[in-house]
Amino acid sequence: MARAKVKRASTTIDMTAMCDVSFLLLTFFVLTATARQPEPLPVDTPASVTQIKVPDDNFGMITVGEGGKLFFGITGPQTRVRMLELMSEKYQIPFTQEEKARFSLMDSFGVPIGNLKQLIAMDMNDRTRAGLQPGIPNDTTKNLTNEMFHWIHSARTATAQLNDVQMRISIKGDADEKYPDIKKVIDILQSQDLNKFSLITSLKSL
Amino acid sequence: MAELNQDGGGKDKSGKIRAKKQGGRVDLTAMVDLAFLLITFFMLTTSLNKPNAMDVAVPDKNEDDPEDRLEVAHNRTVTILLGSNNKIVWYLGEFDNPLEGPETVDYGAGGIRDVLLEKIKEIPQTTGSDMIVVIRPSEHSTHRNLVEILDEMKIVDAQIYTLGTILPFEIEFLEQHGLYNE
Repeated sequence: MARAKVKRASTTIDMTAMCDVSFLLLTFFVLTATARQPEPLPVDTPASVTQIKVPDDNFGMITVGEGGKLFFGITGPQTRVRMLELMSEKYQIPFTQEEKARFSLMDSFGVPIGNLKQLIAMDMNDRTRAGLQPGIPNDTTKNLTNEMFHWIHSARTATAQLNDVQMRISIKGDADEKYPDIKKVIDILQSQDLNKFSLITSLKSL
Repeated sequence: MAELNQDGGGKDKSGKIRAKKQGGRVDLTAMVDLAFLLITFFMLTTSLNKPNAMDVAVPDKNEDDPEDRLEVAHNRTVTILLGSNNKIVWYLGEFDNPLEGPETVDYGAGGIRDVLLEKIKEIPQTTGSDMIVVIRPSEHSTHRNLVEILDEMKIVDAQIYTLGTILPFEIEFLEQHGLYNE
């Protein structure tokens, strides 16, 4: 008696190709994850529900931490050099081409302009040592003593000159900073007629 | 399921048991699984790494009146004072003659959010126009408080809100209620 035998089809799939593609994708993502520069002033930002990402260019960030210390940084190496040149004219401090090149690689800094040359000369790891950079001097006037005002002004001028767009400014404050320190920065921005800015936050789950 | 097949190295017809040399079959499922996990990790962390930006607009600085006393319609203005210890005092209307409040609440869902959600419905019904919120942080509130209250504005979808300067009698009120200390 012939028994109907169902021939079992082979179910083995050759996964080599899929494995290959997945490692390719993995390599891609690992390499496109850009290495971040260590921050000179680590700040713990408060959380919010906003999901608007910070823009990649024409962007300036004022970091407020450790009892009101102000640090400043902008995007774009050419814009940084232009900003430095404008500040150099205002404060009558010349910078060499090499110093400008090194400055264009600095994400963020917080020293009086008198000490800027020293900071530029330092090594990357030395710069970001805790407690080294004392913050950018600031007050409520528009004089040269209020260096923060002039850095922001130069940054905005540089962006407008080079890229012909308005720079966007944001404030990255530590969550435990008291309001008067933040108010100080908002006042500096208002005195430049800059009434729209952003606050940097981390993501909060509602 | 996923396999690497190695050639057994020729068949032996002598009938001896060659089980050990019969092609190594390596199951690759685990490796593929791990690779996808790593991909997902890197995909998500590189985009999450970018911090978020919350837009804020402040009123024009008035050189003549540096204290920024905005004239607003009092019957639809909810004033929020940020005190110390993560507490909020709110009132509707003018401080000397409030329509509601002043009342002390917390941040978030159990406190100010409920108040705002209530008022945002009530005020258009009673006055016909939208609610205005004036936020006045005190010197002893933190940056976190500021971000939280601006967040609440987004969560309750308040259209009209502004940052203002706290007034002396408001500071007094906070002091009286123990909300103006370090």
